Amino acid sequence: MSSVLVVVEQRDGALRKGASDAIAAARLIADASGGTVDALVASDRAVSGVDGLGAMGADRVLNVTDGAFAHYNPDGIVAAVSGIAEQYRAVVVAATATGKDLAPRIAASIGGPCGMDVTAVEATASGVTVTRPIYAGKVLQVLELSGTPVVAVRPGTYPAASAGKAGAQEALAAPTFTRRLEVTGIKGSARASLDVAEARVIVAGGRGLGDPKHFAVLEDLAAAFGGEAAVGASRAVVDAGWIEHGAQVGQTGKTVAPELYFAIGVSGAIQHLAGMRTSKVIVAINRDKDAPIFKVADYGIVGDLFEVVPALADAVRKAKAH
Amino acid sequence: MKICIPIRRVADTTAKVTIAADGSSANEAGIKFVLNPYDEFALEAGLALKEGAGAGEVVALAFGPDSAQETLRTALAMGADSAVHLQGTPSPDGLVNAQVIADHVKGGGYDLVLFGKLAVDDYNQQTGAMMAELLGLPCATAITSLSVAGGVATVEREVEGGVETATCSLPAVFTCDKGLNTPRLPSLKGIMAAKKKPLEIVPTSAGEGKARVVSLSLPPERTAGVIVGEGAAAVPALMDALISKSKVL
Ligand SMILES: Cc1cc2nc3c(=O)[nH]c(=O)nc-3n(C[C@H](O)[C@H](O)[C@H](O)COP(=O)(O)OP(=O)(O)OC[C@H]3O[C@@H](n4cnc5c(N)ncnc54)[C@H](O)[C@@H]3O)c2cc1C
Ligand SMILES: Nc1ncnc2c1ncn2[C@@H]1O[C@H](COP(=O)(O)O)[C@@H](O)[C@H]1O
Repeated sequence: MSSVLVVVEQRDGALRKGASDAIAAARLIADASGGTVDALVASDRAVSGVDGLGAMGADRVLNVTDGAFAHYNPDGIVAAVSGIAEQYRAVVVAATATGKDLAPRIAASIGGPCGMDVTAVEATASGVTVTRPIYAGKVLQVLELSGTPVVAVRPGTYPAASAGKAGAQEALAAPTFTRRLEVTGIKGSARASLDVAEARVIVAGGRGLGDPKHFAVLEDLAAAFGGEAAVGASRAVVDAGWIEHGAQVGQTGKTVAPELYFAIGVSGAIQHLAGMRTSKVIVAINRDKDAPIFKVADYGIVGDLFEVVPALADAVRKAKAH
Repeated sequence: MKICIPIRRVADTTAKVTIAADGSSANEAGIKFVLNPYDEFALEAGLALKEGAGAGEVVALAFGPDSAQETLRTALAMGADSAVHLQGTPSPDGLVNAQVIADHVKGGGYDLVLFGKLAVDDYNQQTGAMMAELLGLPCATAITSLSVAGGVATVEREVEGGVETATCSLPAVFTCDKGLNTPRLPSLKGIMAAKKKPLEIVPTSAGEGKARVVSLSLPPERTAGVIVGEGAAAVPALMDALISKSKVL
């Protein structure tokens, strides 16, 4: 009971972001008691990238291949995990939309506590101690979990494990289960661009844009980063219907931690900051030099966004061309 | 259709949270408490379904100390028909709370149980899905769209890079995200009516949890950086900082 199980997420036969964070965190727990890390992948076909899970730190890769896993199938994954859970001291997932959906279901089915969206993990004699932001990031909570805990690790918080493991591929029989929820598919979001939760760079706009059509200015800056930037937004413009809800950053939107966050025409309300304050570098562009956003920004430009942002997009394009 | 809305009393999102002397709880003094914002989406969804069907019953339910009754009155003022106060102290282990709620929901004849996606105090994001699992009910979390017809629910939820669609039969459990609807405000008439609506008080015995709060702390403040300049003329200085100093370009 010193080993740790990681449930790895895949979609359409490709691994999703977060696997390396989850495996690195699982390694920390397993290594504290000399245990191993198993990665479970449930899919309807061979998944590209599973041969790389060993390099991330998995000793074994348990492949459950069955037509029932063509789409996300929480009831099936819970059954697969609870069938083998007694071999493990903890279960780890990445805290993506899917991982956050899965973790509490697994926890309830195996009777363990659930440490949700954790940014640090430590193994103790009696269990696992996790650190997690609560109150929208205003407070850090250290929680001691006993029993067989299920831990959802926030993507981007763990560096990849330094030493790889064998990653031996094994097949695991599909579980028997009752499908209570039927996922019927995934539609692309209204906006074809990258999701804010996955982007390295976020270009976020607020009411300072003045008009929904002015999001084009931000899209142009995002495009200058060549496919690694997403357009985000404050709640004020989401509620006004200028952009879809999926783009909202903050307390009632997404929590993001990109390498580079541009807050453009965003005042920096506490609920907005809650969603982006852990970004590595924050740049604020606002015509009001007293806007609260400047209090958290690493770099600020005071000025009219319609003048600054196009010049910035040009400069980024030139820098990228080198 | 009989719909249950589990709700939670939480600190207002603008509240400045401070740590109590015990080092493991938040000070409550001077804080304004409100109905958890995500539970407003759940309640609105329940009320809209009832109104759409022209019949049904919406029951708000809270597990907590006596102060939970104030929050239940808010839900009644928004339009819930009745309220249930499950007396006790919520645990940091969501599974304990889920079990207490499950004990009430089981045998309650509910067609739908609508939770909030998360409570803005503990950010546990787990109670709804756990309760569904405990009762063996179908569940989808963080839904942004819900329609019910002929005993079947169709939902949408946002995942990275898209919108997942799913269906299940009732009874079912969903947790509600922003984007689902725009919650109504309690009307004056609603507030008056709420005083006369039934509020049942039920003692509970919650189990021992497997999560213990070791400590709470305030994260390091992000310090203000530099204003690199004004207008488009400041762009070269910004680029220089991003490339040479922060190395993010
Ligand atoms: C329960 C609750 C939850 C909330 N959740 C969220 C959330 O998740 N996310 C969120 O963002 N908000 C959230 N809010 C709302 C939040 O309080 C603010 O109202 C919102 O963030 C303000 O949006 P904004 O910055 O776009 O608009 P404003 O505050 O109006 O700011 C606009 C800014 O643009 C600047 N500006 C104007 N014109 C220009 C120009 N031409 N060039 C440059 N700058 C210009 C102005 O100086 C100003 O600073 C929530 C509120 C509540 C009560
Ligand atoms: N003490 C409680 N009483 C009733 N419902 C609760 C309680 N705690 C949490 N909930 C419900 O569970 C949802 C998610 O809460 P949490 O899992 O704590 O983030 C909330 O939005 C409520 O709908």
